[in-house]
Amino acid sequence: MAAGAIVAVMHPALNITRLNKHFGPAHVVKDLNFSIREGEIFGLLGPNGAGKSTTINMIAGVTRIGSGSISVFGHDNVSSYRTTRSLVGVVHQEVVIDNFFTIDQALKLHSGYYGVADDPAWRQQLIERLGLGPHLHKVMLKLSGGMKRRFMIAKALIHRPRLLILDEPTAGVDVELRHGLWDFAREINRNGTTILLTTHYLEEAEEMCERVAIMNHGELVALESTRELVRRLSRRTLRLWLDKSLDAVPAGLEEYHPRLNGNGRQLILCLPTEQGVGDLLRRLSHLQLGINDFETDQSGLEEVFLQLTREGGGA
Amino acid sequence: MSRSDRRDEFRSWLPFYTLLRKEILRFFRVASQTLLTPIITASLYLFIFGATLGERISVLEGFSYAQFVIPGLILMGVINNSFANCSSSLFMSRYLGGIVDLLVTPVTPPQFILAYTLAAMLRGMLVGIVTWLISTLFAGLPWHAPLLAILMALLASFLFAQFGLIAAIFAKNFDTLSMFTNFLILPLIYLGGVFYPISILPSPWKHLSHLNPLFYLIDGFRHAILGVGDVSFAVAFGVTVAMALGLFVFAGALIGKGYKLRS
Repeated sequence: MAAGAIVAVMHPALNITRLNKHFGPAHVVKDLNFSIREGEIFGLLGPNGAGKSTTINMIAGVTRIGSGSISVFGHDNVSSYRTTRSLVGVVHQEVVIDNFFTIDQALKLHSGYYGVADDPAWRQQLIERLGLGPHLHKVMLKLSGGMKRRFMIAKALIHRPRLLILDEPTAGVDVELRHGLWDFAREINRNGTTILLTTHYLEEAEEMCERVAIMNHGELVALESTRELVRRLSRRTLRLWLDKSLDAVPAGLEEYHPRLNGNGRQLILCLPTEQGVGDLLRRLSHLQLGINDFETDQSGLEEVFLQLTREGGGA
Repeated sequence: MSRSDRRDEFRSWLPFYTLLRKEILRFFRVASQTLLTPIITASLYLFIFGATLGERISVLEGFSYAQFVIPGLILMGVINNSFANCSSSLFMSRYLGGIVDLLVTPVTPPQFILAYTLAAMLRGMLVGIVTWLISTLFAGLPWHAPLLAILMALLASFLFAQFGLIAAIFAKNFDTLSMFTNFLILPLIYLGGVFYPISILPSPWKHLSHLNPLFYLIDGFRHAILGVGDVSFAVAFGVTVAMALGLFVFAGALIGKGYKLRS
């Protein structure tokens, strides 16, 4: 390399290396490794107790790291914690409110905690976009659940973080608000903020996230693009309505996990997404089944999630 | 939604100023509880000991009872309110979960301690100053060494701010928090010479009172105001500084480690 050459090093927005955490004898995060690219929306999924919130709390600094390391845009979140915390905004799973202050007062104060002076124009944008305007002078105790969520998002963004962590942001909110918050998250992301999202709503992850990591029992069981994961692991279901009922599943279809339904008039077959249907059609033709109608449906992330997190499941 | 580039100018002390401002705003927002109530309590004590009983009691030659008791009452206000500000604010944050909002910010442990401490000291000193102003209606004070008196009051407020932080960290619920006040601070204050000089106690109690750390605070403060005390000012000052430093180091170690704050 020539002396004096300027090398632009692109650090990932988040890099987690061999992360572990014990609470007493419980090993709640086990050797976790993953990175999030700058600018992406990344989903961290898993059933209750999978270790998602512990992981997020270690990134945010609420929980001490057991072993391993976390870096945010190339800065270690222990040795350079002031830098990393100023780069991160967190919307906690639990509604965290301070009843001493109104929304207006709290938002005016909050950026200062991050070493950033209050920016009235940016604050106003957040207030307008999140519909907080009519409630500015209410103390938080008087806000509805949905409004508290919106306020928490405004609070997490008030210092313009480069990485926004949304820990179950739409838990307990109605469908309309949920979709509104998804739109807002996409907008924030388009404007350059990387997003790490944990959610129980698989639809949310499928809709929002370019890549997902699935945790179970503290371990990573999947990590790839959402589309690829669904394509690789999901199955299509084919339902055939027969002209006469069958007493037993016909031989030769075992690999499609056949089962009968509707007094033997409905034959249900499963086939992997990536597998073509030619072979199956040939076999059905060979069996000379009288088929009145058929229907196919494609399983989504929800089925993949259940498949991966079922007892003993793993990728 | 337009979003201009993030202003990367990180102001290192702004997190501290913000936390300090928030803590001060917090107690002013509930001033009826945090300022008015202690001032009314102090006024009642002043009325009882200054205008009624005080005229019939004499415990220190050359001074009225009101003059004797007023420094103790001022310091009692300082101590109680410095302790209450730190302990209730931090404990409520822990109890209601709001502390995570602070834990995710770049506020450093020294900034954390300093902001809570200064806000608590301000509240304690405000109550002390108003108590003194009201006391002028009942008796004037000689102010033998006013700067030393202010120094003792500042030390007392600092010391009890640290104690408030420690109590808030160890308290499991509101009951255990109030136990610190009711079973520790109040008895030590009342037995520490607020209402009587330790020298008038019979032998075992007099010596036992010297084991009460609050005796040195109260006696040192009174000594600076009246010019007389049960022990020398240097001893009272030295013991107070030692206790303040000890609690500061302990509170600093707890908060630095995130004890009971970070899991």
